[in-house]
Order: sequence, then C-alpha cells, then structure tokens
Amino acid sequence: MTGTLLQIRNLECFYGPVMAIRGVSLEVPEGRIVTVLGANGAGKTTLLKTISGVMDPAKGDILVAGASIAGRDPDRIVKKGVVHVPEGREIFPLLTVNENLAMGAYSRRDGGVDADREMIFGYFPILKERLGQTAGTLSGGQQQMLAIARGLMAGPRVMLLDEPSLGLSPLLVNDIFAILRRVNAERGVTMLLVEQNARVALEIADEGYVMELGRIVMEGPAERLQQNTDIQEFYLGAEQRGLRGERRWKRRKSWG
Amino acid sequence: MESGTLETLQLIVSGLANGCVYGLIALGFALIYKAAEQVNFAQGDLMMFGAFVALGLANESHMGLPFWVACIGAIAVMAALGWLLERAVLRQVFGQPQIAVVILTIAIGFLLRFVAGIIWGHDPLTLESPIAGVNQHFGTLVLGLDELAVIAVTLALTGLLFGFFSRTRLGIAMQASSQNQLAAYYMGIPVKRIHGLTWALAGAIAAVAGILFASKGSIDPNTGLLGIKAFAAAVIGGFGSLPGALAGGLIVGLIEPFAARYVASGYSQIAPYAMLILVLLIRPRGLFAQVHAKKV
Ligand SMILES: Nc1ncnc2c1ncn2[C@@H]1O[C@H](COP(=O)(O)OP(=O)(O)OP(=O)(O)O)[C@@H](O)[C@H]1O
Ligand SMILES: [Mg+2]
Repeated sequence: MTGTLLQIRNLECFYGPVMAIRGVSLEVPEGRIVTVLGANGAGKTTLLKTISGVMDPAKGDILVAGASIAGRDPDRIVKKGVVHVPEGREIFPLLTVNENLAMGAYSRRDGGVDADREMIFGYFPILKERLGQTAGTLSGGQQQMLAIARGLMAGPRVMLLDEPSLGLSPLLVNDIFAILRRVNAERGVTMLLVEQNARVALEIADEGYVMELGRIVMEGPAERLQQNTDIQEFYLGAEQRGLRGERRWKRRKSWG
Repeated sequence: MESGTLETLQLIVSGLANGCVYGLIALGFALIYKAAEQVNFAQGDLMMFGAFVALGLANESHMGLPFWVACIGAIAVMAALGWLLERAVLRQVFGQPQIAVVILTIAIGFLLRFVAGIIWGHDPLTLESPIAGVNQHFGTLVLGLDELAVIAVTLALTGLLFGFFSRTRLGIAMQASSQNQLAAYYMGIPVKRIHGLTWALAGAIAAVAGILFASKGSIDPNTGLLGIKAFAAAVIGGFGSLPGALAGGLIVGLIEPFAARYVASGYSQIAPYAMLILVLLIRPRGLFAQVHAKKV
C-alpha cells in the first residue's frame, strides 16, 4: 500500500468575482496516474495552476507528502517535486531544444541532470536528433514531447499534465500516452493528468475524477468510470471530435 | 589621403562613437522591455546619473579615486540602483496597465535629474578620464582616442552580453522568461528575481554608457534627455531586439554628423526622427523585430 503524494482539500479559486473552483478535494496516491476529466471550462487548468502556484487559492489546502504548498511561489513548489506541463505546450520558442531542456532543470542543484537527460532521450529519441533546433520550429507533436521532456528534467515526484493530447493526431496521442505510461511504470513518476479525451486518459489512469463547473461530480477507479454510461455518453461518444474542434477555436480567440 | 575622405572617416568615427552611446541606452530599453514588458523612460537619466556617479568618484575635486576604481564603483552603484528601483517601485505596479509604468519611469527620470542637480549642480562638468582629449594619429588621419575607446568598449560589452545571454544559465533563463513568462514560472524560474536582475543589468549598462559619454564631453543633469534619441534608436531597431537596439543606435549616431554637415542647420536636428518614421513606414515592427509574437 502506498501513501498519498498529492492531496487537495476543499479548494476554492476565483478569477476576480468568478468562482472557477468550487470546493474540490482529490487525492493522488504515490506512483499512480490519476486523471481529471471535464468539458471545456470545467476548471481543470485552473486546478493545475493553483497546485503549481501560479494562482493562489482562496480557500482550502494543497499537500505534497503531507506538507502544505498552498499559496507558495511556483519556484518553491517546483523544488518540492511538483512540475506542471502546461496546456498548449508553452515551450520557449526561440530557445533550442537543448536550452528548453536545461530550463526544465533550472531549479535543480543535484548532479543527476545529465543522467536524466540521457534517460529522457531514451523516451523521446527525436529530441536528441533535434537538440540544436529552435523549439518554435518543431512540429506540434514534437513540441508536446519537448514540453513533457522539459517537465521531466525537473526530476519531478509528481507531474501535472494539462491535456497532452490537445491538437494531436490519434496516432501521436497513442504514442505519447504510451510513453507517459512507461515513465510512470519505469521511473515511478506520479501523474495528475487533466484530459478531455476521456478514452485515452482512462486507458492509462488508475483512478479518475470528473469535473463540471468547478466541482467534482464523479470519482472512482478508471475501469469503473470507463463503464459508466454518463461518461460513455459525454466523453467517449462520437460527438467528441466536433466538440474539440470548437473548443480549440475558442481558445485561440481568447489568447489573442 | 584626400581631405574629403579624411573628413568623411572622421565623421563616421565620431558618429559611430555617439551611436554606441545611443545603442547602449537603447539596449537598456530593450532589455527591460524584453524581460518585463516595461518601457523604461528613465534609461537616459540612468545613463546621466551613472556618468555623475563616476565623475563624483573619479574627479579630483570630489573623491579623487583612480579612474578604473571609479568606473567599477559607478557600475556597481548603478546596478544596485536599478535593482532597487525594480524592487521598491516597479514591482508595485506589476500587472498594471503599461501607462502606469510609463508615468512611473518618467517620474523616476525627473527625480534622477533633480537629485543629480542637488548633488553635482547644474553647470556642465567633465569627467577626468585618462582618454579624454587625447588624439590618435594614423598617418594624416587624426581620431580622438576617446571616440575609439567608446567604440572598443561597446564592442567588448556587446560580446560579453552575447556570451552571457547565450551561454550562462541565468542568461538563458532571462531569455526564457522574456519569451514565455508563464512557462518560466512553471519551470521554477524565479521570474520576479529575474526582473530585478534585468534592471540591475540595465543600470550597469547605463553606467558604462554614461562613463563613455562623459569621456567625450561635458555632462549636466539634463544630459539624460538624449535618451529620447536612444528611444528612437530602439524603435528603429525593433523594440525589444538587443542587436536591433545597438544597430538602431549606430544608425542614429551615423545620421547625425552627416545631417549636420550636409543638411541645413534648422533641419539636421530632425534627421533621426525622419529616419524613425521612414523605418516604421517600411518595416512597422522595426528592422530587427523577432518573428515570434509573444504569448504571455
Ligand atoms: N484568466 C481568466 N480570467 C477569468 N476567467 C477565467 C480565466 N481563465 C479561466 N477562466 C474561467 O474559469 C473557468 C475555468 O477555466 P479553466 O481554464 O480552468 O477550464 P478548463 O477545464 O481548463 O477548460 P479547457 O478544457 O477549455 O482547457 C472557465 O469558466 C473560464 O471561463
Ligand atoms: Mg484547460
């Protein structure tokens, strides 16, 4: 039996007067993959931002291995072993692949950085080939790999992954999720995986939560959620593609 | 050599020397803009203040320290001042509209001119530098050692900065947080500390620019107003581009002596701004604007 690595208790978050997280509690056991599913605007990204410290919670607590990190600065939270792989990749476009990876290890002072870089090339051989290439010129899939690899360079205990499947072809999604599963199994990296693509997320996750309008509305082992008819209808159904297309368009617009 | 070519060469060297000072001030603008998206209208006044600090440390009538000690002292003082300004003032308006920053930095500029006037008075003073007024003869060509030194120091500083930004962890982290601030936060890069360090670096560069400027002529508290020309230089180069800032400075510096020589005196003053308008018409984002639009 393993303990809880990341615990969230009654979290509440606001954007000005808008309440985006309305009392969320969840637990991520050490060494597991836990997924948070939810439609557009459910508050998934907000949840991850609050954990990684770029947003402060209004109420509630966030514990890593029993110690509270709520409201700390992001650099201190990274040092606690929590790293956020953001939605939309957010690589450093004008830096090279190698420099992007080095920035992933920015907070580290230990000697394991070089060994970790080699380990990461084992998972993402394409990045080794592209070391000197400007990251902004990589393809979307390669950028997503770089974003994950950069996160791994921090030597995380727990990785917060925000929609790594976003905008990728089904083939690439399968590749990347297979790698995530391997990283979890082989390196023991705990993962909190936020997804709209419930099918692939539930395939690699041990446990899942469903979020709607800032609240957790359902939780359970991944197999049970896969069987659940509501989830099948809303997240595993055929309308998923259209919904995703529309959502991406909206996001572009709001990014300006 | 013919006297015409000689004169042209001399104009070019003195234009380049001025351009180096503009370029260094423009570099300060660009650095801070890139790192923190803050437009620092006090950069010219920081240059003036750095020059006075060096003068206060070096001149016999003041502290009379050895020239090189005074230079290092002035650079250290200005770096500390830059850091302090960010820490105590700019950080308070972080996330506020750009206009708040603009007004604040204009106010800082006024304050620096005021304080410089109180400490060093309003009469023009000259920095007692070992290179001031010494001429270097190349056959029939006579160039000011001060002007050559300005060009050499600017080249060296540019090389140093290039190495810093492309080779050191901190330099790359500065680039990273300017390209994608949010991602820098996610990677545990202490973005706010980086802003402070960027201001410190801009202060140090302002001190170097000030020392170079004061080596070529006299200074008074209003000297910093030439920051406006450096601002034009930064825009010509593509605001936020470091090589562009230097190139813009050199362009403005080179235009001036030739305009003064060949254009009617009433019009030569506006040459840098005419250039600015021309560049903006042809390349609205400046000559060296980076293609990637910022996200955050
Ligand atoms: N910067 C912001 N300012 C104000 N409201 C915001 C901001 N960002 C998000 N919101 C709101 O907070 C709620 C949750 O947004 P969030 O981005 O966390 O959703 P999400 O589940 O990640 O959605 P998606 O699947 O589209 O990424 C939404 O209603 C959104 O409109
Ligand atoms: Mg999101």
